[in-house]
Amino acid sequence: MRLPSRNLAAPLAIVLALGAVPGRAWAAGMPQLDFANPLLIGQVVWGAVIFAVFYVILSRSALPRIEGVLTHRRNRIEGDLAIARRARDDADRAVDELRRARHDAASQAQANIDRVVHEARMAAEAQTQEMNHRLQADINQAEERIASAREETLASLPGVATDTAQSLIEKLLRPAGIESAVSRAQVQNAVQLRLAASQG
Amino acid sequence: MRSGRGSLAAGSTIDALGQFELHPVLGQIGEALRFSQSPLFMLIAVVAVLAFLYVGMRPAAVVPGRLQAAAELGYDFIHNMATETIGKEGTAFFPFVFAIFFFILAGNYLGLIPYCFTFTSHIAVTASLAVLVFLVSILASLRYQGFKFFAHFMPEGAPVFLAPLLIPIEILSFLSRPVSLSIRLFANMMAGHVLLEVFAGFTLMLAGLGAFGSVLAVAPVVINVALTALELLVGVLQAYVFAILTCIYLREAVAH
Repeated sequence: MRLPSRNLAAPLAIVLALGAVPGRAWAAGMPQLDFANPLLIGQVVWGAVIFAVFYVILSRSALPRIEGVLTHRRNRIEGDLAIARRARDDADRAVDELRRARHDAASQAQANIDRVVHEARMAAEAQTQEMNHRLQADINQAEERIASAREETLASLPGVATDTAQSLIEKLLRPAGIESAVSRAQVQNAVQLRLAASQG
Repeated sequence: MRSGRGSLAAGSTIDALGQFELHPVLGQIGEALRFSQSPLFMLIAVVAVLAFLYVGMRPAAVVPGRLQAAAELGYDFIHNMATETIGKEGTAFFPFVFAIFFFILAGNYLGLIPYCFTFTSHIAVTASLAVLVFLVSILASLRYQGFKFFAHFMPEGAPVFLAPLLIPIEILSFLSRPVSLSIRLFANMMAGHVLLEVFAGFTLMLAGLGAFGSVLAVAPVVINVALTALELLVGVLQAYVFAILTCIYLREAVAH
């Protein structure tokens, strides 16, 4: 038997399959249609029993078990997500609190700084003022002292001028031997007149 | 696919249908209980699915490992399908859709393992499943809609004089649902497994032709690899189609 190129293979197969049961009808050739065989109906009955048991085991035990695992996983994931979400909310809240606290602290610190600066400025101002007062008092005192010293000096000026004039006159008049020709009282009068004139 | 048995390629013929034959398991006991390899593989499929779910979900971890993620993926996939297609009543039917989908998927995929039997390639099995879906959807209709359910056989807004024509058509299309549902799955699975067996037979026949034949025999193997990939797709696709049609029928049943 000379055999076959590949594209001939399929039709040939069918021909051979048909030829495998020569002279017999298809119904007789197909074991699936051999209803005389009690095993044919037997497999249906056994199949029904096996399928029923299969169905019962699946619906009562196997599938609920898988369902349970899947549900548990779903719940677990949802639970974990809820926990994560809650943690995130907590974290957000904590961050907010922190930010607020920092803000509060910053503003409080700013207020403190402002107060301290203000106090310092006030203190400095008070100190300056006090210093000014003191200086003013010192100045006043010094001026008073100056004034009194001037007064004193002015008061002692006629005496000094008289003494000076007296001694000058005496020195001038000594060579002539008339040093006592002018009295002290005259000199004093003259000096006083001169001073009064210069002052007036 | 039942490959590797003596009857696979006896002489020059290929016994592509022998893989669908039912044989009692455990000899006399199987014979007496009518227990063939078909229910045996149903049992294996069911145990495999349950083991996948129980072993996968054993850690019940919040962060799932690979197997647990796979089990949860299966759960979510069917759960979304049921609730999105059927609506809010979908949760009530979810275990049913889940059982249908994984029963068929496990059956289809078990069949792709060598020496394993494909129980979804038996019309009796797929028809039973389809009738089950049909009955469940009728019961759900009666429960959720009462006798208003029968009003659906007369399309709303259609002229009354067309009723004698429309009502039989609607009834016929309604009754054809389990037929199309069962034949679609059965035919897909059977066709796929016949093709796999035929190409496997080609390999054996070519290998019997000597050295040149042995070289040629690689071609059907390559095709079978591709077909297996296709069958993996078809297996999940047919399970999905069956489940989504179940959901659609149930949505019509619960729609008010």
